[in-house]
Amino acid sequence: MLQSPRLIVRVLAVVVVVGVLSFWAMRGAHTGWSMDKVPTTLTDEITGLTYTAYEDRYVPGIEILGGGLLAGAGLFGVSYLLGRPTPSKSD
Amino acid sequence: MRKTLLSFGTVAALLAAPLQAAVEFDFKDPKGVNAISFHLDSLLEPIAGTASGITGTVHFDPANPAATKGKIHVATNSLTVPNSTMEEHLHSDGWLDAAGYPQIKFEITGLDHIESDGNTTKAHASGSFTLKGVTKEVTVPVTLTHLKGAFGKRVNKPEIGGDLLVVRGEFSISRTDFGIRPGQNEDKVADQIDLTIAIVGGAPNA
Repeated sequence: MLQSPRLIVRVLAVVVVVGVLSFWAMRGAHTGWSMDKVPTTLTDEITGLTYTAYEDRYVPGIEILGGGLLAGAGLFGVSYLLGRPTPSKSD
Repeated sequence: MRKTLLSFGTVAALLAAPLQAAVEFDFKDPKGVNAISFHLDSLLEPIAGTASGITGTVHFDPANPAATKGKIHVATNSLTVPNSTMEEHLHSDGWLDAAGYPQIKFEITGLDHIESDGNTTKAHASGSFTLKGVTKEVTVPVTLTHLKGAFGKRVNKPEIGGDLLVVRGEFSISRTDFGIRPGQNEDKVADQIDLTIAIVGGAPNA
């Protein structure tokens, strides 16, 4: 069944889209740019000052999601350039 | 003669009194809390970050806040944003040129429009603000909170004693005024930079 190049590329396109979407969603579904330092706000007890501490953690942003969806769409488009599957002799 | 000398002595003592009453607060915070936050509107999401490399001293006398003077310096390469690539751009010579201009400076020359209530003083701090080698006179609305005897408690050494001076304030500058890509990329990065000061200085008992 997967011997058709068109089908292989289409499956690959779906895998890329689902993979990137899942990765983006599981890492926080951040709708801004990617972060490799995540800010958290803390409060100093004595002074009451709030300050930012950064945690080294990667959070993919909208450009990763967009890039993945574009790559998937691109692969799907490329699949149209590939030949249709030829019917087997038994058909 | 002796009377004259005594009079001179009295006048000198009275003149020196305000200077003696002013306490020097060191803003190199041992707990690393001090930071100046910045915020610029941009495409998709604002560029927001902090600068934590704060040093400097402020002389403050709660009985005479108008005489407050000091300097706050910020290490340019301490500016941090959540995206490292964006941070590299920010430090590069195209933007802040952290290598060429390693410090951002605010020299406070005095306070006016002073309103004091208990240990809190609201005022306008006047002084010169230097960024990327350009100095401009600015007035910053600030709130100073004098926490008497809180220094030792904060560093878990109550026996030290000493005071804390908390400074909060907000003001805006234009990046064009300081030669940061003037007139460029304004469709992507706003000209106005909003700054928020949240710092504490310590004065341990000698």
